[in-house]
Amino acid sequence: MMLEVRDLKTQFLIGGRTGTAVDGVSFSVDEGQTLGIVGESGSGKSITALSILRLLPRPFARNAGGEVLFRGVDLLKLNDKQMRRYRGHHISMVLQDPMTALNPVLTIGDQIEEAIRMHRKLPRAEVRRLAIEMLELLRVPAAARRLASYPHEFSGGMRQRVVGAIALACQPELLIADEPTTALDATVQDQYLRLLKRIQRDRSLAIIFITHDLAVVARMCDRVAVMYAGRVVERAPTAALFAQARHPYTQALLRSALPEIPDRNARLYSIEGAPPSIFQPRHGCPFAARCEHVMPRCREEAPPDIEMGQGHAASCWLLA
Amino acid sequence: MLMLILSRALQSCVALLVLSVVVFGLSRASGDPVELMVPVDATQEARDVLRHTLGLDRSLAEQYVTFLTGALSGDLGVSIRERRPALDLVFERLSNSAWLALTAMTVALTLAIPLAVAAAVWKGTLIDAFARYIAVLGQSMPTFFVGLVLIIVVSGRWGLLPAGGMESWQSYVLPSITLGWFVVAGMMRLLRSSLLEVLDSEFVKLARIKGVPERVVIWKHALRNALISVVTLGGVYFALLLSTAVIVETVFAWPGLGRLAYDAVRFRDFPVTQAVVLVTAVLVVTINLVVDFLYAWLDPRIRRSQSGGS
Ligand code: SF4
Repeated sequence: MMLEVRDLKTQFLIGGRTGTAVDGVSFSVDEGQTLGIVGESGSGKSITALSILRLLPRPFARNAGGEVLFRGVDLLKLNDKQMRRYRGHHISMVLQDPMTALNPVLTIGDQIEEAIRMHRKLPRAEVRRLAIEMLELLRVPAAARRLASYPHEFSGGMRQRVVGAIALACQPELLIADEPTTALDATVQDQYLRLLKRIQRDRSLAIIFITHDLAVVARMCDRVAVMYAGRVVERAPTAALFAQARHPYTQALLRSALPEIPDRNARLYSIEGAPPSIFQPRHGCPFAARCEHVMPRCREEAPPDIEMGQGHAASCWLLA
Repeated sequence: MLMLILSRALQSCVALLVLSVVVFGLSRASGDPVELMVPVDATQEARDVLRHTLGLDRSLAEQYVTFLTGALSGDLGVSIRERRPALDLVFERLSNSAWLALTAMTVALTLAIPLAVAAAVWKGTLIDAFARYIAVLGQSMPTFFVGLVLIIVVSGRWGLLPAGGMESWQSYVLPSITLGWFVVAGMMRLLRSSLLEVLDSEFVKLARIKGVPERVVIWKHALRNALISVVTLGGVYFALLLSTAVIVETVFAWPGLGRLAYDAVRFRDFPVTQAVVLVTAVLVVTINLVVDFLYAWLDPRIRRSQSGGS
């Protein structure tokens, strides 16, 4: 396995209260694979990503246990300098909002070249050539000329490609994509996803795709982990998840995304209520307050992870 | 770009015109200079003659027009006290003040930038509290007090630096600190909060994702963005510096513009008062124009949009 996350815990400490944002999450991803992490906002999926890169917002958030094994090395045990060698070099990330992800006062050439120079000692001209190559890889037109441009001179879609060029500049083995297309319109999103797929194929890149959009999951991911309230409640190969979701939360999520009745007036199914606050004390199933199948036992004891074969697992008392 | 320069220049002219009215009015409202110039037992006749030679017997509107046309041709009248062209007096003092403002600004920046960076990076810690305390102290203590304490302790008790005048570089130290410290607080607070905002931004996150060391993240990626907001207010700080200079220059017997203004007001030497304020105003307006261009230079978004963009 390239990346194996085991029992990862991340806590927030705000105003003297401790909240658990990521609560014992485990998953893995291998070369050339795409793992989707799905969940509502606040489910802990972005914090999971930042925990892997150790870029949690300081001083509030901190790792509270678990392992992040990248090719066998536990990233959580490295010192800052060692960790920095992994960032951008082995593991990289693209962010959600292309409008704010680029430094407004530096040219994009500066920003791509910096990413290369961080990890490779190369002559100037070579760095420049690589930067142009990256922009071309991401299909930014007139790449050589645009190195001297500033971020505001690009459209949203093009900016997201520049962010991609920065993230991929050092040829990382794993790319974490945190809702990279949420801010883009449908056509631009389509082009971007296609591009990402192609690059992944050419470089056998591993991707962790964080999203709330099940359509994107269906299109991009080999396997999916569904997160709710800081926990992975179900994981499965993508096809199996869409064909037979086992966890009530996943079922509800699918129902809200794919209305069964093709009637214009049909109300979209939505899940009642809101996920529990990370500061609430936890016992029992985190989904109990919103689950339509809730049983007395659910409120007392947390359901175990139940394996159903072929990499499909869910944690729910209904399956026990 | 040309349009921008023209429109900004026009705005500046209007501002200066309004100011000239205010200056004219205020210097007349400060009392009758004749009373100070003649002996106490002077006859009414003598007073009237003097008033006539000074042009004070004409209507205010007439006086204003004379004042304005004079000002436009570089003639701001003759000092009542020194009997020399007011503008000459101003220019003699201007460079002294400019040097003091420059050294004070340097003191302010060398204090404010590291303090703000330290406070932002270690937000919520003792370092943050300490940095803010230093900055606020400078602003909450009146400059005359800081100046006097420095004089008493540093030059008086320790005998280290001159207490006044401007004979050598050493005489710059105390007034620059007094004046510079006063602006540190505002600058530091502004820079700290904009640094905090920038350090929280997505592009700083991206820089960290690239593996950029924290030192470079702060000084290259964050500071330049944060400084934009400080530069925007650069003109305000300069104006603040100039007005505070009146007090500091008086305390340290600094032969600058502020001191000149103080003396002019005290002796109701209104041509000099007018000249000082007008020259200062022209300075402030010019500095503000420079700040605008500096701002455009720092922020490519503005630079490009003004030159037509691409
Ligand atoms: S354990 Fe109980 S509450 Fe939780 S999802 Fe299953 S049925 Fe619903």
